[in-house]
Amino acid sequence: MQILVTGTLLGGTYALIALGLTLQYGAARIMNLANGETLVAACFVAFWLFSRLGVNPILGMVIIAPAALVLNWLIYAWLLRPLVRRAKNRGMLEVDSILATFGLLFLFQGLMLLTFGGAYFNYKFLAEPFSILGTPYALNRVVAFVAGVLVSSLLYLFLYHTRQGAAVRAIAVDPASAQLVAIDVSRTAGFSFALGGALTACGGTLLSTFYTFNASMGVLFTMKALIIVIMGGVGDIRGATLAAFILGLSETAVASLIDPGLTLAATYALFILVLLFRPQGILRRGAA
Amino acid sequence: MLRRTFNALLISAVVFGTAGGIASAEETLKIGVSAPKTGVQSGGAAAVYWPNVQLWVHDLNQKGGIKVDGKQLKIDLVEYDDKSSPEEAVKNIQRLATVDKVDFIISPYTTGINLATAPLIARYGYPQLVATGNANDLRAFIKQWPNSFWLLGKASDLSTGIVGTLKTLRDKGQVGNKVALAYVAEALGLEMIDSAKPAFKEAGFDIVYETSYPIGTQDLSPVISGAKAAKPDAFVAYSYPPDSFALTEQAQIQAFDVNAFYVGVGGALTGYGQRFGKQAEGILSMGGINPDDQAYKSYRESHKKVTGQDTDYWAGAVVYASLEVLAQAIEKAGKERAAVVKAIKSGTFDTVIGKVSFEDNVVKKLWTVGQWRGGVFQGVNGLSVEGAKEPVKKPAWN
Repeated sequence: MQILVTGTLLGGTYALIALGLTLQYGAARIMNLANGETLVAACFVAFWLFSRLGVNPILGMVIIAPAALVLNWLIYAWLLRPLVRRAKNRGMLEVDSILATFGLLFLFQGLMLLTFGGAYFNYKFLAEPFSILGTPYALNRVVAFVAGVLVSSLLYLFLYHTRQGAAVRAIAVDPASAQLVAIDVSRTAGFSFALGGALTACGGTLLSTFYTFNASMGVLFTMKALIIVIMGGVGDIRGATLAAFILGLSETAVASLIDPGLTLAATYALFILVLLFRPQGILRRGAA
Repeated sequence: MLRRTFNALLISAVVFGTAGGIASAEETLKIGVSAPKTGVQSGGAAAVYWPNVQLWVHDLNQKGGIKVDGKQLKIDLVEYDDKSSPEEAVKNIQRLATVDKVDFIISPYTTGINLATAPLIARYGYPQLVATGNANDLRAFIKQWPNSFWLLGKASDLSTGIVGTLKTLRDKGQVGNKVALAYVAEALGLEMIDSAKPAFKEAGFDIVYETSYPIGTQDLSPVISGAKAAKPDAFVAYSYPPDSFALTEQAQIQAFDVNAFYVGVGGALTGYGQRFGKQAEGILSMGGINPDDQAYKSYRESHKKVTGQDTDYWAGAVVYASLEVLAQAIEKAGKERAAVVKAIKSGTFDTVIGKVSFEDNVVKKLWTVGQWRGGVFQGVNGLSVEGAKEPVKKPAWN
């Protein structure tokens, strides 16, 4: 039981890390290598708001998410849209965007190093026991999980029950045909990218309540997110969420039942299995 | 238009170039340093390494520089980022030696990178004063690279320090025989566990739980619940800073009460004490210092004043001391590298951690374990150190 709860909480954390990238890569077709840096930047802002101004990180999200939305929109408009325009096919855009966001990664990292230095940061927020069925868990993780579920449900409602959301899903499936039904692909892609950035920032804010972070940790998160996005199937929100929970549960099970040293091995074993048997993603049918 | 801009650029380059030339006409002592500003190790380096380099250069230059062959030379520091990668570090050292032609270098950060760069540093004859690394097989290493000096002792000295402390507690009847062990699956953890396990067994401790975890993991609740299920009397983790924080927080949340709780690197950081506040009381960790020592006290103050951040209760002072040794040896022997190596080998140096001297290139006087008491990290165990306090049983989490 304890494994189930701990695994679910960890899965929630992973979902938070990966959802933003799913949108950015799946819908906007930008393989954003600076995704982890966006996350860490949000950690820093949350830390700063909390320790300087005493702003509760959960409330901080109300400031951080819109700021990230605007910032990512600007990044898309100035840096990435020219790449999208000149790309002749999807492969070319992928290569170009990987190179551009790789540069962005270093820019963000450098800026954070400049402002905060390389030291480790963490702060104390709700680091108290919270009892579920008689076993104590970290309250900050539980709160982050609940907030994460809320954010993802809102995202789900948006994607599956609004016109704008349907447009996002449409360009994820086929940008060329989406144009035929009067969807402004360029605008929608920009919006998806920005929304993805905002989601990542939410993830970072929640993560900062229980993680020790520093300016160079972004790559770790990008790697994790990438594995989840690929496992879930590119652009598939439900698949990515499912993949995140499978990863969280299996890592915790391996750590508790076999050996904590093998969690990474478990992650990559799962990854290989998915690539071998369902290369199109866990939930997708047929060839992608 | 373009050409005009270009000309302006050219002129300014010439002007600045000459200005630079005039400025550097003053003779300086060129010191090179390569350590992580980015990458996995940058967090630790930002806490204990870089600020001390900065403080040392500041202190020396403020008193007019370093005395070399009768002249006062200011320090000219050349810094490179090794990105926490040994390959990058080797390139940097090469560049410092051949392109920048520095007079001396400051040893890199961490065991791994010091080991990786040792052959190259030896080839250029620089003394290598390792303040942030150690290994078990130092004797063979020093035979091969006799210019390397080790201020943290052997890995086994550090890893078995806690065995001694637990023995002391056991003799007082404050802790039982059962120990749970955890370690990070990386150079540090592996070297430590290698020497620690036999020492625990020899001392008659019963290892009831043992596990490793991958570097970078902060989701350590399975480790704590596994350890808790084994019902140990003491918990010992050879960990890195982020995991030291995470393990402590998890132990507190799961109300994992043991009579001795020990974490590895990071537990001696001032930030650790601040983060856990009253909960830190009685926690043991790698490192230590005599915080009441006058030399350390004034070092701590000037560290805060010059760098704006608090130093830790262990490695930071050792890094600063290693630089003091270097400076004093240069003052004694001059710019000749071989002579400086010789001076370090045989000399005794006055530093912030007390008198430092080397026995077969290894410092034999060092702190191994400290304990948080009333918001201060007190050294409780070490090899021939002065001012060690008695360790006490850890109170329950409150």
